[in-house]
Amino acid sequence: QDYFGVCSEVMIKDNVVVVYEVLEEMLDNGFPLATESNILKELIKPPTILRTVVNTITGSTNVGDQLPTGQLSVVPWRRTGVKYTNNEAYFDVIEEIDAIIDKSGSTITAEIQGVIDACVKLTGMPDLTLSFMNPRLLDDVSFHPCVRFKRWESERILSFIPPDGNFRLLSYHVSAQNLVAIPVYVKHNISFRDSSSLGRFEITVGPKQTMGKTVEGVMVTSQMPKGVLNMTLTPSQGTHIFDPVTKLLSWDVGKINPQKLPSLKGNVSLQAGTSKPDENPTINLQFKIQQLAISGLKVNRLDMYGEKYKPFKGIKYMTKAGKFQVRT
Amino acid sequence: MLESSKDSAKLDAMKRIVGMIAKGKNASELFPAVVKNVASKNIEIKKLVYVYLMRYAEEQQDLALLSISTFQRALKDPNQLIRASALRVLSSIRVPIIVPIMMLAIKEASSDLSPYVRKNAAHAIQKLLDPEQKEMLIEVIEKLLKDRSTLVAGSVVMAFEEVCPDRIDLIHKNYRKLCNLLVDVEEWGQVVIIHMLTRYARTQFVSPWKDDEAGEEYSENNFYESDEEQKEKDRKVKATYIMDPDHRLLLRNTKPLLQSRNAAVVMAVAQLYWHLAPKSEAGIVSKSLVRLLRSNREVQYIVLQNIATMSIQRKGMFEPYLKSFYVRSTDPTMIKTLKLEILTNLANEANISTLLREFQTYVKSQDKQFAAATIQAIGRCATNITEVTDTCLNGLVCLLSNRDEIVVAESVVVIKKLLQTQPAHHGEIIKHMAKLLDNITVPVARASILWLIGEYCERVPKIAPDVLRKTAKSFTNEDDLVKLQILNLGAKLYLTNSKQTKLLTQYVLNLGKYDQSYDIRDRTRFIRQLIVPNEKSGALSKYAKKIFLAQKPAPLLESPFKDRDHFQLGTLSHTLNSRATGYLELSDWPEVAPDPSVRNVEVAESPKEWTGILGKTKKEKPAEKFYSESEEEEDESASTSASESESGSESEKEDKEEGSSDESSGSSSSSGESSDSESDNKENTAKKTSRAADESDSEDIKKKAKAISRKRSTSSSSDTESTSSEESSSDSKSESDSKSDSESGKSRSATSSKKEEKTIQDRKAPNKQDVFLLDLDDFCPVPTPVAVPTAAVLSPSLTADLEGLSLLSSSVIDVTTQVSVPTKTHELLHRMSGKGLAAHYHFSRQPGIFGDCMVSVQVTVTNTTDQKIENIHIGEKKLPPGMRMHEFNPIECLEPAGSITVSMGIDFCDSTQTASFQLCTKDDHFSVNIQPPVGELLLPVTMSEKDFKKEQGMLTGMNETSATIAVAPQNSTRLVIIERVVKAANLGIVPSGQDNIHRFAAKTVHSGSLMLVTVELKESSTAQLIINTEKTVIGSVLLRELKPVLSQG
Repeated sequence: QDYFGVCSEVMIKDNVVVVYEVLEEMLDNGFPLATESNILKELIKPPTILRTVVNTITGSTNVGDQLPTGQLSVVPWRRTGVKYTNNEAYFDVIEEIDAIIDKSGSTITAEIQGVIDACVKLTGMPDLTLSFMNPRLLDDVSFHPCVRFKRWESERILSFIPPDGNFRLLSYHVSAQNLVAIPVYVKHNISFRDSSSLGRFEITVGPKQTMGKTVEGVMVTSQMPKGVLNMTLTPSQGTHIFDPVTKLLSWDVGKINPQKLPSLKGNVSLQAGTSKPDENPTINLQFKIQQLAISGLKVNRLDMYGEKYKPFKGIKYMTKAGKFQVRT
Repeated sequence: MLESSKDSAKLDAMKRIVGMIAKGKNASELFPAVVKNVASKNIEIKKLVYVYLMRYAEEQQDLALLSISTFQRALKDPNQLIRASALRVLSSIRVPIIVPIMMLAIKEASSDLSPYVRKNAAHAIQKLLDPEQKEMLIEVIEKLLKDRSTLVAGSVVMAFEEVCPDRIDLIHKNYRKLCNLLVDVEEWGQVVIIHMLTRYARTQFVSPWKDDEAGEEYSENNFYESDEEQKEKDRKVKATYIMDPDHRLLLRNTKPLLQSRNAAVVMAVAQLYWHLAPKSEAGIVSKSLVRLLRSNREVQYIVLQNIATMSIQRKGMFEPYLKSFYVRSTDPTMIKTLKLEILTNLANEANISTLLREFQTYVKSQDKQFAAATIQAIGRCATNITEVTDTCLNGLVCLLSNRDEIVVAESVVVIKKLLQTQPAHHGEIIKHMAKLLDNITVPVARASILWLIGEYCERVPKIAPDVLRKTAKSFTNEDDLVKLQILNLGAKLYLTNSKQTKLLTQYVLNLGKYDQSYDIRDRTRFIRQLIVPNEKSGALSKYAKKIFLAQKPAPLLESPFKDRDHFQLGTLSHTLNSRATGYLELSDWPEVAPDPSVRNVEVAESPKEWTGILGKTKKEKPAEKFYSESEEEEDESASTSASESESGSESEKEDKEEGSSDESSGSSSSSGESSDSESDNKENTAKKTSRAADESDSEDIKKKAKAISRKRSTSSSSDTESTSSEESSSDSKSESDSKSDSESGKSRSATSSKKEEKTIQDRKAPNKQDVFLLDLDDFCPVPTPVAVPTAAVLSPSLTADLEGLSLLSSSVIDVTTQVSVPTKTHELLHRMSGKGLAAHYHFSRQPGIFGDCMVSVQVTVTNTTDQKIENIHIGEKKLPPGMRMHEFNPIECLEPAGSITVSMGIDFCDSTQTASFQLCTKDDHFSVNIQPPVGELLLPVTMSEKDFKKEQGMLTGMNETSATIAVAPQNSTRLVIIERVVKAANLGIVPSGQDNIHRFAAKTVHSGSLMLVTVELKESSTAQLIINTEKTVIGSVLLRELKPVLSQG
């Protein structure tokens, strides 16, 4: 993806030679050789329009003829000689909530999977330290190899020489033991009647403990049982689609307005003659909350050593639903 | 185009060719034209040509040879990238003729300056796997293993695994280096290295899994300890199992890798911990494994499978994470079933209710296969946890009314199994099920119901014949499985209730007789012969009832993962549950740890070269250079924890030395020796037991378990030899100590039951008792009646042991008050075992008279018999490799009560290994050992303070061992310190300018390496003890021996 933006069949066909070259660098006799994208980029430069133009004119190639120095150094993940005019470092703290909510609305299990993705565009060899307000939260973490583990162990500070570009600095897991605040609730009333071929269907989504932030991008999907023929529903906001082949109902809610809760009501028509399904469908929920890390993780400060200039720093928090399931 | 002179045209052509290859078109006719371009200057063309070559070289071998010379040139290219890729392509061309060329290239590349090229060389090795070249390849691997670059480490281990996975000896020297580098190696390399190290560790270390039992034994032992010992012991209980420091190193270094972002690495570490870590520590992997569950489903699948295996054996590990295994409706079925499996494994009394509630949800799942699996899981929970069996059964019965057929069928089968386990009172359920029979069509379920009814037909006498009638009617339409059960049912009913069912059964049998399936026909015939009385089968039919209505054992509901644990976790074989090719069996723990010294790396000679982590691996020196004495080695390299406990025993020894001079007979003080960390015991014991067995014919020492109780008394030291050592030994396993306890209150007694093979135990602390086993040697040839001693003094056997003299039970330590160098005398041969001949030795501390490398030993031989002993000489010698010995001149004749002193020289090679030899008289020979204390392996040197500091400056880092000790108040004066240190070790005093710093210098006898000791007194009666030496091993032993010298009053 780093090379072509998107990984599609057409792309691969168009760049078959580059793919070959890249794969050849990555693997040797079936054993992984170099998988760090920074190194590969230096070995084989990604095709850009500009470069193709230059290549056709000068006859030069996009295969680097020098071994990337990084591979031999202690920081194999960083290219040497990086230069930017705007020095910037952005960090995104993204948390996903995995939860199972049972019929009555109580949480069966909930855990948070968080990642800190970084986009670092800094000149030279910067040495960054990132400290948290509440590092105790992070007890189950995995790091990018650039993070100095010793420092973390002793001081709970992330100290690292970042790779160039986008990378995942760390991912962490706040497990079920800690209490996880579930930011939304779903009220549902789904019932199939035995006698008639009609069932009632009603869902309401509402915010809960969002700390004043709005819940956006809400999307409700539900796999209906096989017996369902069609659904006639009216949403109070957003749009809904029911695919009669896959029996998948999806309802794109959008933003939740706390004053006027979105709801979806209607009837379900079942296949005549079949008995009612024994299980109500589970509802999968997706949502996004900007500027909130549900675990309460906060970055305290970011410092840079080793380089003179002053970088532009930015941090963004986001909470998303991961595998968020409501049983009905 | 390929002929074109322009690079860009060539490039375009090559791109098209590669495109053709990718499409699967044959481009081999272009081979000659392409090969010409291999010499191209343009890197991209070159690369593409390489791609092409790799694809077609095998087909066009002759033409491919044309390109070889270009490769050879490229191998000498100044650009390391070109060198590397040339090597890579060269090794990928599978043309047999060029094997020697490749070999040469690999050899050359393996000593290349660039680690990248070396890495590629390592990769090339595995491609060149050829039985003929194997030896040479191993050589290259050996060389590369010594490489310090992290880049190379991973690849070479990969090659090692491919080429010679059984040559574990190659790893020894690099073990510690690999452990230390591990964190810095790239991810894929880490995986391979971890797997290799797991195998290595399994062969090289003893199992840490026995500490539980060890701890228990301990508490028993404490009973015998006097109070002051108690404290000491308690501390040791915590560290009962003293892990090999290298083992510890491995565990410590892999732990951070659990946080790796690469799932494979985490998995590898997890399996390493699973296979190697003590049970208490293995738990830390679970958190990381649970984290992996978030990744994509392939990873999930593998991880779950491994967790399933783990959770069977150690439930506790994953219990806190129970909820993480709850199933989501979006999971694919394979994941669901695995999660279910784990949940079932984790079920226990505490969490079963929540689990069952969870299961209830699952049963309703739309995924029927999963629902069925859930029912089975419920069944398993029910059998495993008896409290909930009834609840489960009720739940399952409810499920019987479910509308889904598969669910019902599955629950019937499970209910059947459950009922079998407790058939007492379930008539109702059976009746209910009989009713269901009409509706159920799934054959297995039908068969199960029929079987149940048949089995318990006495409980439902009314229904059973009715069922048979119904089924007989539909017999022809049933599945084979059901038919068989109908036959069974018929037979059973016929036997119990023949009145009602005789006709029916016969009808069924007739039907069966003409069935299509031979299985059913056979069964029919068989049953008919058995139950239908006729004259031919008289004998058997009597037993028919027994045969059919015998109590059947309840089936065991087991996890399908039960038998997987013999495969190494995280391997392909484990996943498939069958051996995959290339799977290397993980060996069991060795009973005895192989010699750990092989891992020792000679520290680099020049301190300048010395790097932070580890001394650079040096060319292997001849074997003698290494201390191969395992026990000592172990102790020396032991981490602080080990040395801590060691100091305990050490201090006692010192105790004794002090105590023996004023020898108050009643002193009960140190009644128990802590010999815990004396791993010597193990070997010595084994050795000695056998020897003792030779000597004492009357005793059946080789009994597997033995209880020895013994008392020992030593009278005052003034008459040194008057030792009475008596023991009563009994072969019985009973603890006979109580008796002897009463006889002499203060005598120490203990029992030890020990199997000779039980060596693993031996290493652990509790085998304090094994010290007593040493006393097996004390057995007098003829069991003598117990002479109750007036008082029991502590047994010096530990001391003796430390001094390598443990052959005899009660050696008396004679601290002669020589002017400045008090010399300890050690017993070589006790008069009892020597048939009147006694021998003692001490280290005279004279510079070797027999040779530069020899330590001189003075042996005093005494004749305590009333006859002359003639021709005393040294017989057969059993010396460790490299050790030499200069014998004393034979003593022709020794008068009764006479004694004579002779001197001999032994070259101990700077190790504390035991020199064993035979002391022979005219008609007898006795095996004796001399084991030197480390302090005697030194020769004092004199140097100025300046020199001392200079030398010390060169011996820092790894060459320095230090410890902070508490100094007894009376030891804080200069004279006392000097006296004590010099007494303990043969050190020369270096004049010191400061009052609180005392320096000593010596060199080792054999190799002459410097040994610098600094004692720096600090405030509040502590002191820093620093030893600088190249011989780190000796240094640390010396440090340990010196510690108690200063700390004890």
